[in-house]
Amino acid sequence: MTVQGVLQIVVLLGVVAVVGIFMGRYMFGVFEKNKTFLDPVLLPVERSVYKVCGIDPTQEMRWTTYALCLLAVNVVGFVVLFILLGLQSVLPLNPAHQAHVPFWTSWNTAISFVTNTNWQNYGGETTLSYLSQMWLTVQQFLSPVSGICILLVVVRGFSRSQSNTVGNFWKDFIRCLLWVAVPFAILGTIILVALGSPQNLHGYIQVSTLGGGHQKIAQGPVASMTSIMQWGDNGGGFFATNAAHPYEAPNVASLLVQLIMGFAVSAGCIWLFGRMIKDVRQSRAVFVAMAIMFSVGALVMYHYELVGNPIVNSAVVSAKAKTANHTATYRSNWEGKETRFGIGTTTLFENSTTAVSWGSTAASNDSLTPIGGMMTLFNMTTGEVIFGSWGVGMVGMIAFAILAIFLAGLMVGRTPEYLGKKIESYEVKMAVLAMIVTSFAILVLAALSLAVKPGISGIYNPGPHGLTEVLYAFSSGVGNNGSAFGGLNAASPWYSLTVGIAMLLGRYAMYIPLLAVGGSMALKQRVPVGAGTFPTHGPLFIGLLIGTVIIVGALIFFPALALGPLAEHFSMQAGRLF
Amino acid sequence: MQAVNTSSNIARDSGITEAGNKHKKQSFWSFEAVKTAVKQSFVKLNPHSLMHNPVMFVVEVGSMLTTLDALRYLFVGPIAEFSFVGQISLWLWLTVLFANFAEAMAEGRGQAHADTLKRTRTDTEAKRIVGTVLEVVSASRLVKGDTVLVEAGDIIPGDGEVIEGVAAVDESAITGESAPVIRESGGDRSAVTGGTRVISDQLKVRITAEKGESFLDKMISLIEAAKRYKTPNEIALALLLAGLTLIFLVVVLTLGPFSIYSHVPVSVTIFIALLVALAPTTIGGLLSAIGISGMNRLFERNVLALSGRAVEAAGDANIIMLDKTGTLTLGNRYATEFIPNTGVDAMELAGAAQLSSLADETPEGRSIVVLAKERYGLREQSFSEKEVVFVPFSAQTRMSGVDVNSMDTTADTNIRQIRKGAVEAVCYWVESDLSPHMKQIVEDISNSGGTPLLVGERLVSKKGKNGEKGQLLGIIHLKDVIKEGIAERLEALRKAGIKTVMITGDNPLTASAIAQEAGVDDFLAEATPERKMEYVKTMKSKGYMVAMVGDGTNDAPALANADVAVAMNSGTMAAREAGNMIDLDSDPTKLIEIVEVGKQILITRGALTTFSVTNDVAKYFAIIPAMFAVGYPGLEKLNIMHLTSPQSAILSAIIFNAIIIPLLVPIALKGVRYKPAAASVVLRKNLLLYGLGGLIVPFVGIKLIDMIVTALHLVAAVHPVIGVH
Repeated sequence: MTVQGVLQIVVLLGVVAVVGIFMGRYMFGVFEKNKTFLDPVLLPVERSVYKVCGIDPTQEMRWTTYALCLLAVNVVGFVVLFILLGLQSVLPLNPAHQAHVPFWTSWNTAISFVTNTNWQNYGGETTLSYLSQMWLTVQQFLSPVSGICILLVVVRGFSRSQSNTVGNFWKDFIRCLLWVAVPFAILGTIILVALGSPQNLHGYIQVSTLGGGHQKIAQGPVASMTSIMQWGDNGGGFFATNAAHPYEAPNVASLLVQLIMGFAVSAGCIWLFGRMIKDVRQSRAVFVAMAIMFSVGALVMYHYELVGNPIVNSAVVSAKAKTANHTATYRSNWEGKETRFGIGTTTLFENSTTAVSWGSTAASNDSLTPIGGMMTLFNMTTGEVIFGSWGVGMVGMIAFAILAIFLAGLMVGRTPEYLGKKIESYEVKMAVLAMIVTSFAILVLAALSLAVKPGISGIYNPGPHGLTEVLYAFSSGVGNNGSAFGGLNAASPWYSLTVGIAMLLGRYAMYIPLLAVGGSMALKQRVPVGAGTFPTHGPLFIGLLIGTVIIVGALIFFPALALGPLAEHFSMQAGRLF
Repeated sequence: MQAVNTSSNIARDSGITEAGNKHKKQSFWSFEAVKTAVKQSFVKLNPHSLMHNPVMFVVEVGSMLTTLDALRYLFVGPIAEFSFVGQISLWLWLTVLFANFAEAMAEGRGQAHADTLKRTRTDTEAKRIVGTVLEVVSASRLVKGDTVLVEAGDIIPGDGEVIEGVAAVDESAITGESAPVIRESGGDRSAVTGGTRVISDQLKVRITAEKGESFLDKMISLIEAAKRYKTPNEIALALLLAGLTLIFLVVVLTLGPFSIYSHVPVSVTIFIALLVALAPTTIGGLLSAIGISGMNRLFERNVLALSGRAVEAAGDANIIMLDKTGTLTLGNRYATEFIPNTGVDAMELAGAAQLSSLADETPEGRSIVVLAKERYGLREQSFSEKEVVFVPFSAQTRMSGVDVNSMDTTADTNIRQIRKGAVEAVCYWVESDLSPHMKQIVEDISNSGGTPLLVGERLVSKKGKNGEKGQLLGIIHLKDVIKEGIAERLEALRKAGIKTVMITGDNPLTASAIAQEAGVDDFLAEATPERKMEYVKTMKSKGYMVAMVGDGTNDAPALANADVAVAMNSGTMAAREAGNMIDLDSDPTKLIEIVEVGKQILITRGALTTFSVTNDVAKYFAIIPAMFAVGYPGLEKLNIMHLTSPQSAILSAIIFNAIIIPLLVPIALKGVRYKPAAASVVLRKNLLLYGLGGLIVPFVGIKLIDMIVTALHLVAAVHPVIGVH
């Protein structure tokens, strides 16, 4: 590992912490204090929205009403998108004359963009009209905002005491859209345009290449979509190859800006949480736990990518033995990576995209070394809690904290309590449900895919690598990550259907129980903090939290990983490739 | 009344530590207990009764399947496979049996207690008073509201309230305490319990509970029901364990298609072995034993919890309210110092004080005599009856003392009157005022929570009042004496985050001084029933869990509001009904122990859960390479314990999984050691011990078992193909 590569990780996390603190304070102003520097511009807009829609923002809701409103918005989003994709050929803004989107792709894509997954089993520039692309962009605003609403309910469970309401969904939703999603996406678009991404509605350009061939160069509103794709942790890029396409990430500066944008709100949620419960120390502990898991993942991936494939290395060495000036570069695993960015930056981006759940990639994950690929899987199978996407990453971490405290917290001799709220059977039931659903969905759907013909036939690489591909697809779906490993016929009806189910379960079956936790916590009285309280801000708790994420979140997948990336890795060491 | 009760008073006064030692110790491993438990472990194999424990139920179903598998190999071969699968089956059955054994051991201890109580529940005859007539009926025919007469030697026929009379009652049948207690009408000692025996005098009792609802019945059913009890926290934990088991079930079931896809098919037995190894069998097997034995620990301390919720609440309590008298301080005040008036010799004051207290049988009086003897070497003087006349304390004079008749008739002033008592009263009696200096001392004593007793004397001529001459001798400092060790104990509680509150009828000034000396965090002075209840309510509204002790009817409202309400068995019916725990020893200090037992139960549960879950890491490393190294030889690198062969690895993991249960039974039954300390300290210690321990121990254990399995040639030592035959 080079110092530069390691420093990148450290500096990134440092910047993320600073951005997170800022965003946390800003979002606290948006949702709880109702006071931000953008108020003069946005308050009139907000008021007129309420007026037009007939919303009373002061009306408090029970968690069930809140959840129903949230679901309603998502259902409407799904239906509209589904119809739009099916009818795009007859709708306007289709200069490239794209045909209607096939049924299974529409099903999969509609779910994907409603659940903030942005799993794309199509090539954007070859399948979608500009209208479809733009409507996807609308969903890219709405779906992450839904995630913030989920977080607000859960955190209000802790910040409120003996309250049977958890806030007003419409108010949270609209304020999040107006204050958090839109202004920063615009800012991001401007920056990305400045860094070289196109933003237009032109038709595709036909060019003759230097080699004499013809090439179609896609145009379109690239910068805006890239901006909200990163800012909203969506990951659904304009181009099939995402950030590896020179229009999406024209240079390293653009890539780094996108990296920071992806982290910003997720990290902000950590401090929003701390401010809402009036104890920022808790935020620090959660951040450190996430940062440690993130760094370990990034370092392990970096190391294995740098060391590369021993079989390839020995071939390269023997071939280059005489030329003498071969450098360490040749030893690294360059396959599927963008040479403009290098191993360190690329692996950092790949680790981030799976951890923070935006899911746009800067490399082909299929070509990562087995262990490198396993780290991306780890980031997702643990439930997207290493930062994760808007709101839900933090919610997932709170669920793990509840489990950690329930498992080990009894050891202080009190009914376990987190942030002053007792954890009783209802909360345990809901947290376990959330945990069961995600692991069930990944394992059962993957097992099914490996057992039935349409599943197996969609795997391009048999053997352990194929198992990893299948596992990755469902982990990405359930984790609402949306990044693809590749090597899988994701557009086939089987995978369109099953990954669609995975995305639905990963969003609703996981977070609705956690909304219920928020509702039940809000009802409870706060237990005063004392010397007998389990301290949840110190290193002990950080260690416990990491241990729980690894043992509960990752050990479940150990047998599957043993047959996938681990088997591949050890076989590779022994000289056998798949 | 005082006389009969002294023995228990002394026991109480001698400090709290002794109260803890009083429980009837039962041996864990008596032959009889183990025999019953072993028998019960097989009875409990009945799947119907195992249903309540999903973890163990899964293990049992697994055992059945592997047994079938073994039988198949027995008939169709190969015989080596039969040996391996047979051994796995054996250890799986043992896992279930071990868990059953733990539960049976815990239940057995409670059952023994209940059986003893049942023996005392014999049908007695009651003398029912109907109008003016006395009729003898069977106790079982008494109904609520009947009045019965109980004479010396009779067994009280049912629970009731004394409406007339005072008697000494032997309650050893229930409390195990042989010293009789006083029951009397009115006041705080009016409740009697059916099955106890009157040993002196007679009582008229109004029956308050019908047959089947009496205290004794309730107690027996509580102890017997302990095994069915599930406290809220236990339910939550059971849910989590069931959830984990379900997850691992899916992990193993989906591993089927994964392994077939990977061309490394694995036999059913191996899958079941993996499932059992991963499922939280250790805590699943010990969970109910922990709860039952926790309740038993309370029974052994003679505390009866009327609900499981109360036991858990005890662990959660963060405010405990303690009565000053009897809990924090010795029951009475003691003389600690003589302060002579200006110009009076200390010896003279001591002598006079002693003289005035010779006939004073109150603890205060005795303490004065003792102090004079110890501090000033004054021996008790003896006088003939003619020489001295003792003047007892009366509410009017607020003084007591002695008149000493000097036999010298010629003397002018031949009667020496000594009085001690309230400051104003004695001043008035000697017709003299305190000097400013002495006034200051009196004030200081009052401020420090003590009581000043003034000693004065008058010399009176027999002939009349002529030669009368009064003099103030000095002050006796009476003080509440804090029980030995109580300050340390309260300090420990504070570290554990528990606030202690002293309840006293004293004025705030006195109360604050004693509170400071004892080291309580807060006090409630001039406590009335309403104020106590208000205090409990206020604290609860702030989110605190309040534990308190009460005995009198005036405690009942506060008790009914407290989360943990320990009623003294000696208390009134009202208090006993308002409480959710009853202390049969009527020892208010025990509240602290109850809190500690409550915490201990929770800690034990948490410790074993953590241990059980962290164990999985090592088991994975034993079983996964053993399962798949056939197909992917590279995975042998994951066999970091270097276990001999796949078969020995799997067998060793399963053996470890089974024998860890009986090894942990003592911890489950006795509870993890708990010393009050800050949560962070307790957590760090237990996390290291049971978390890190749980990570490391199985690596060592499985390796050791593997070495033994290899040495004994229990399974094939080479790399055979474990696959489907």
